[in-house]
Amino acid sequence: MSNKRIDQPTGTETVGHEWDGIEELNTPLPRWWLWTFYACIAFSVVYVVLYPAWPMIDKATAGTLGWSSRGDLAKEMSAADAARQGMIAQIAATDIEALPASPELMAQAIAGGAAAFKVNCVQCHGAGAAGYQEYGYPNLNDNDWIWGGTLTDIETTLTHGIRWEGSDATRVNYMPAFEGMFDAGQVAALTSHVLSLSGKATPNAAGATLFSENCAACHGPAGAGMPEMGAPALNDAIWLYGGSEAAVRKQILAPRHGVMPGWKDRLDPVTIKMLAAYVHSRGGGQQAAPAAEPATDVAQAPKAETDG
Amino acid sequence: MEAVVRRLGGWAFVLLFAIIAIALTPDSGFAIHMGIVGLAALIVIIATLRSYDPLAKAQGIFKMPPGPSRYDDDVIRWGVIATMFWGLAGLLVGVVIATQLAFPQLNLEPYLNFGRLRPLHTSAVIFAFGGNALIATSFYVVQRTCRTTLAFPGMARFVFWGYQLFIVLAATGYLLGITQSREYAEPEWYVDLWLTIVWLAYLAVYVGTILRRHEPHIYVANWFYLAFIVTIAMLHVVNNLAIPVSFLGAKSYSAFAGVQDALTQWWYGHNAVGFFLTAGFLAMMYYFVPKQAGRPVYSYRLSIIHFWSLIFLYIWAGPHHLHYTALPDWAQTLGMVFSVMLWMPSWGGMINGLMTLNGAWDKVRTDPIIRMMVLALAFYGMSTFEGPMLSIKAVNSLSHYTDWTIGHVHSGALGWNGMITFACVYFLVPRLWNKPRLYSLRMINWHFWLATLGIVFYASSMWVAGITQGLMWREYGSDGYLVNSFIDTVTALHPMYILRAVGGLMYLAGAVIMAYNIWMTIAGKQRVEAPMGDTAHDEAADRPILSEPQAQPAE
Repeated sequence: MSNKRIDQPTGTETVGHEWDGIEELNTPLPRWWLWTFYACIAFSVVYVVLYPAWPMIDKATAGTLGWSSRGDLAKEMSAADAARQGMIAQIAATDIEALPASPELMAQAIAGGAAAFKVNCVQCHGAGAAGYQEYGYPNLNDNDWIWGGTLTDIETTLTHGIRWEGSDATRVNYMPAFEGMFDAGQVAALTSHVLSLSGKATPNAAGATLFSENCAACHGPAGAGMPEMGAPALNDAIWLYGGSEAAVRKQILAPRHGVMPGWKDRLDPVTIKMLAAYVHSRGGGQQAAPAAEPATDVAQAPKAETDG
Repeated sequence: MEAVVRRLGGWAFVLLFAIIAIALTPDSGFAIHMGIVGLAALIVIIATLRSYDPLAKAQGIFKMPPGPSRYDDDVIRWGVIATMFWGLAGLLVGVVIATQLAFPQLNLEPYLNFGRLRPLHTSAVIFAFGGNALIATSFYVVQRTCRTTLAFPGMARFVFWGYQLFIVLAATGYLLGITQSREYAEPEWYVDLWLTIVWLAYLAVYVGTILRRHEPHIYVANWFYLAFIVTIAMLHVVNNLAIPVSFLGAKSYSAFAGVQDALTQWWYGHNAVGFFLTAGFLAMMYYFVPKQAGRPVYSYRLSIIHFWSLIFLYIWAGPHHLHYTALPDWAQTLGMVFSVMLWMPSWGGMINGLMTLNGAWDKVRTDPIIRMMVLALAFYGMSTFEGPMLSIKAVNSLSHYTDWTIGHVHSGALGWNGMITFACVYFLVPRLWNKPRLYSLRMINWHFWLATLGIVFYASSMWVAGITQGLMWREYGSDGYLVNSFIDTVTALHPMYILRAVGGLMYLAGAVIMAYNIWMTIAGKQRVEAPMGDTAHDEAADRPILSEPQAQPAE
């Protein structure tokens, strides 16, 4: 059956079979190919001896280098931790309100907080910490704080969250829904009055009456808000869910209540402290003891306290 | 008569079952799928009834073979058309999702978001485009290299149509949100069962045809096709072992859990690349390259050694997809070293393909189909070098989870699988439809350059994007803290994502030119143009050997 012949262009003999006109040459294996293949096998054998590789009955061979990926990670992490250890211990030992007194320590805390923010917070508050009004994630760059803007306030919010089931000490409040309690004219008057607090509408008497009867208890007679209750200021240009007439009306009739997780079970206290320092540094942090001091204000807010 | 009644009864049972399932299931996606199954059964019933005429049965809708003196090519013609159709669909969805990644506003909820379109794209190009190309070419090649007609012609037709039903169920399932969330194995349990039946029928037709061959030896292309069919059957069954929540609902749960599940998935996923996209397409290469070049295969010995080493080594390389995960270190090590050893066996196919052109290298200048094949082999070589390199743990720690992986996959998929398939389709169409030549060879040239430039845009933009991403993720500042948030890396990649979409669009444009060229060829048109080189086709020699001459013992 064999039908060997010499192939003219290559001078190589064929194997002697033919399928639908296709023949095969009897070329030997290319040497470079074969030796590279052997080299790859030799590399693999050496690698298998050096590293964990071969499954045995109850565990695998460990490799002569004693390497493991967990061990490798632990080594790198402990080296990184060791490099930061002194600073971490100092931050842990310093009262959070005393941090700004030491500019070097504060700068370290802000750097650490920025890194933790990138991993844990940007998903809602955004990479630039500007929040998303569409979803009610507050902007952290302005000087308007629903639950207070001192380092201690921010740390408490971070630790226990807002309306967070995971912590008994979470910050919690609920604004009643006024749907069905007012008629359409009353809602329009009240909305208009709320907008007039920040100069976006003209004041009206009916709205003012409704406001003082129904809203002032939490938001204050002038709509300045009350951070102890988490009641946002209504007299500035900063709005949590939007400052259009429709958005304000919607919030009066059926208020939305955002949730922020508390981080006490996921982050260690030093990281939370550093995060508080970072958020505080974003432009609107307040100081504890003396009265509030508006730093870099993004909006033309006359009074610096809260979100609407 | 009895056979027809029995067949009608069988399909009517399927239809009845589908209707009952629609009535009982609370799962709307499952109901739609059963609707599709019922519709398919109804079409078969109508087709059977209309063609019920014992004399004309052979000429019925399923076009039974013309007789033992001609090859049974109907399924192959349908397969070539299906390849082109699904290819265009898959590439189009690819361009859409590339654009969605650059401009997220284009995600149209819920049916056309990235999460649903992405598996549609991967399954359409791998299983619909690639799968139809493999089925069609394998039926073409096995008949010609065995010099016989297909065994079980009815079953061969069932394989083709059954496979199309699988594709439709898979594709509509993704859009409806039906998925078992296993990459490249997203269809749910009942679609998997259907594919298993189709695949075993495919295996039966293929092995049956080889068993009735009129050649003493089995040609190398058939080894690769057989390895592809057998291994895919095994991978598909094991990876899809699952327990349905209800027989009247789409949802199922995997039989494996945790890291075992992940390893099973990547044992499957990697070998889908190895046996579907490598072994199967090498089989195409081993027939069509020597055929188009008119030259003998470079080395018989190399084909034996690289076949067995490829088959033996590939199956162990899957764990390299799970470097630095919960997978135990020893399994990661083995995944890596088997991938490194796989480099030369993979290259054996490239050498055998390229060196087959010894004595015919001038054709690269004159024959655009040969040029496409050479480019395909070059990309095959490049991505089978890149693969082992990416499997090395130190490299993988940078490349894993980045767009480098996407670039790697596409240099293989667009460069190797796409280009070799296009070349084979260009080879097949004039022969299958019995035309003197293609409508236009110059259009192949356009297709070639558009596709090549498209791949260059795609692969280079994804290399840059992947390495940028990897470096940004691991970047630590001097104060010991991470420098970038995830969104910073996404912003940095935006220009690369646009370039990738441009590359994909160019590749799609090439395929559209091809579809036009194929369409006009089948319509019997020939474009008036300056001639380019083409390989002569001897129609008279394109025949099976009629009867077994003298009993020839296989050597």
